[in-house]
Amino acid sequence: MATDTAVKASRAVRHRGALAIFLLPFGVLFTLFYLVPILYAVYQSLLTVEREGTFGPAVQVFGGLTQYIQVFQNEPFWSSIGRVLLFGVVQVPIMLGLALILALLLDSPLVRGSKFFRLAFFAPYAVPSVIAAIMWGFLYSPNLSPFTAVTSQFDFLSAEAVLWSIANVVTWVYVGYNMLIIYSALLSIPQEIYEAARLDGAGQFRIAWAIKIPLVVPALVLTGIFSIIGTLQLLAEPQVFQSFSAAVTSVFTPNLTIYSTASVPNISLAAAMSVVLALATFVLSFTVLKLTQRRAAL
Amino acid sequence: MSVTTETRALRTQEAAKRPARDGGIRESAISRTIAMAVMIVATLYFLTPLWWLVVASSKTREDFTTTNPLWFADFALFDNIAALVQYRDGVFLQWLANSALYAGVGAALATLIAAMAGYAIAKYAFRGRETLFNIILGGVLVPATALALPLFLLFSQAGATNTIWAVLLPSLVSPFGVYLSRIYAAASVPDEIIEAARIDGAGEVRTFFTVATRLMAPALVTIFLFQFVAIWNNFFLPLIMLRDEGLFPVTLGLYVWNTQVSQIPDIRALVVIGSLLSIIPLIVTFLALQRFWQSGLANGGLK
Repeated sequence: MATDTAVKASRAVRHRGALAIFLLPFGVLFTLFYLVPILYAVYQSLLTVEREGTFGPAVQVFGGLTQYIQVFQNEPFWSSIGRVLLFGVVQVPIMLGLALILALLLDSPLVRGSKFFRLAFFAPYAVPSVIAAIMWGFLYSPNLSPFTAVTSQFDFLSAEAVLWSIANVVTWVYVGYNMLIIYSALLSIPQEIYEAARLDGAGQFRIAWAIKIPLVVPALVLTGIFSIIGTLQLLAEPQVFQSFSAAVTSVFTPNLTIYSTASVPNISLAAAMSVVLALATFVLSFTVLKLTQRRAAL
Repeated sequence: MSVTTETRALRTQEAAKRPARDGGIRESAISRTIAMAVMIVATLYFLTPLWWLVVASSKTREDFTTTNPLWFADFALFDNIAALVQYRDGVFLQWLANSALYAGVGAALATLIAAMAGYAIAKYAFRGRETLFNIILGGVLVPATALALPLFLLFSQAGATNTIWAVLLPSLVSPFGVYLSRIYAAASVPDEIIEAARIDGAGEVRTFFTVATRLMAPALVTIFLFQFVAIWNNFFLPLIMLRDEGLFPVTLGLYVWNTQVSQIPDIRALVVIGSLLSIIPLIVTFLALQRFWQSGLANGGLK
C-alpha cells in the first residue's frame, strides 16, 4: 500500500505541469465565481450602515450579527419561507410520484411506443421557466384561455389558488426531467433480476413494487434533493406571475424577498437573508439525504 | 437503445400473442389498457400547452381571442414573425443572438473546463484529490440563484455589471460537469490506453484531447446540453446584472415585454410568437443530440 501511493505520487509529480493545465482553469473560475461570492455574501452580511448625525454620509461598519437579528425579526421573509415549504411538501411528492409512475410504465412491457412518450414527457424541460410561466399565465387568464369552461368557473390566479397554479407550472416543466433520471436508473438494472421473479409468477405490478422501486431509491433521493433546492429557490415563475396576478407580491418567495430587499437597496440585509436561505437549503437537503439513507439501510 | 428494440420486438410479435420472455405470464388486457390510458392523458397534459402556443402563434390579432384557441384560423404565422423581428429595430433577434452566445460559448467552454478537471481527478493521484472533489461536489448543491446577488456585488465593485462578461463568466463553472466527467472518465478511459499513448510519446495534454475526449464523448454532450439549458434558462443573473436592453438574453427580454402587456396590449402577440421562437432552438438541440445525452445520463452519473 505504501509503495503503491509512493508510485502514484511520483507519477503525479512527473505530470505536475499537465495536472496544472487540467485543474487550474476550473480551480480559478470555481474560486472566483463560487467560493469568493459565498465568502463575500457572508462578509457583507456582517456589515451595517451607520451615519454620523442625522444627515452625515452613510458608512458601512462591522455590525456583527445585527443583520441576522433583523432577518429573524423579518416577518415577510419567514412567511415566504413558510410558503415555499408548504409548496414543496405538496408539489415535490406529486411531481416525483408522477415521474416514478411514468418511468415505471415506460420501463414495463405494458406500454408500446415508449420512445415517443419519453420525448413527449421530456419536451417541457426544454421550455425555460420564464417562458413556461408566461405560457401558463395566458392559459390561466379567463379571457385568453383555451379552457374557458374551467377558467370561468375557477380563478387560477386568485390569492388562494395562485401558489398551486405556480406548482402546476413547475410540475409541468420538471416531471419529464425527473422521469428520465429515474428511467435511466431503471435501465441500468440487469434484466436477469427479473427472470427469477417472473419464474415465481410475479406480475408487472409486483415486480415494480418489490424490485424496481427499491432499486431506484438512490435516483429518487437525488431528484428529491434537487427538487427541494429548486423549491426553496423559486424565483422566475412567481416573478412572471406578478404580471398576471396581484396576489403574487414582491415578498412571495424567499428569493423575491431577497431581490426586493436588495433593490431598496439594503444590501447587507439581503446578503444575510441569502446566507440564511443557503444554510436552510443545505440543512434541509442534508437531512433528507440522511433520513432516506437510514430508511434505505433498514 | 435496448428499450427501442424491445418495443419494436413487441410490436412485431403482437400478432403471435405475448412473447415468451414474460415466462408465460400474460399481462391482462385491462392493465395494458390502463397503462396506455395513463400515457395518453400524460401526453395531453405535457403537449397541449405547446400545441396551444403553436396555434396561438399562427393567428392574427383578431382571431387570437375570438376563435377556437386549440385550432388554426387564418394562418398568419409568417406575418407574426415578420412583425416580431421588425419590432424596435429587431431587438428580438438581438436577444436570440445574445442567448445563443451566452449559452453556446458558455456551455462549450464550461464543458471543456469541467472535462479537464474531472479527467485529472479521475486519472491522476495527487494530494488533496478527494478534498478537492468533495468541495466541488458541495458546489453542485449551491443553487445558481443563491450566487446571483453576491456575484452582482462583486461585479459592481469591479465596475463590470451590465456587460457580456457579467453573464458569461459565471456560467463557465459547472461543478456537476466535473462530477460527471470524473465518474465517466474513471469508467470509460482505461489506464492502459493512457499508458500506451505515453509510450508512443504523446504528452499528457495531447492524450486528453486526442484520446480521452473521444472516449468521454457521451458525457461531454450531456454536460454541454444541460449547461446549455441552464444558461439559456437562467433568469436571475441577467435580471440583476443587465440594464442595457441590447445585452438581454431572450428570456429576460420576453419577461420585460410581458410586464408591459397591460400598457401596450399589442405587445402580447409578440410575447406569444417570441415564446415559441425562443424554445425551438432548445427542442431542436435536444432532439438532434438525444442519442448522446440519453446514454450519457444512463451510463455516467446516475447509477
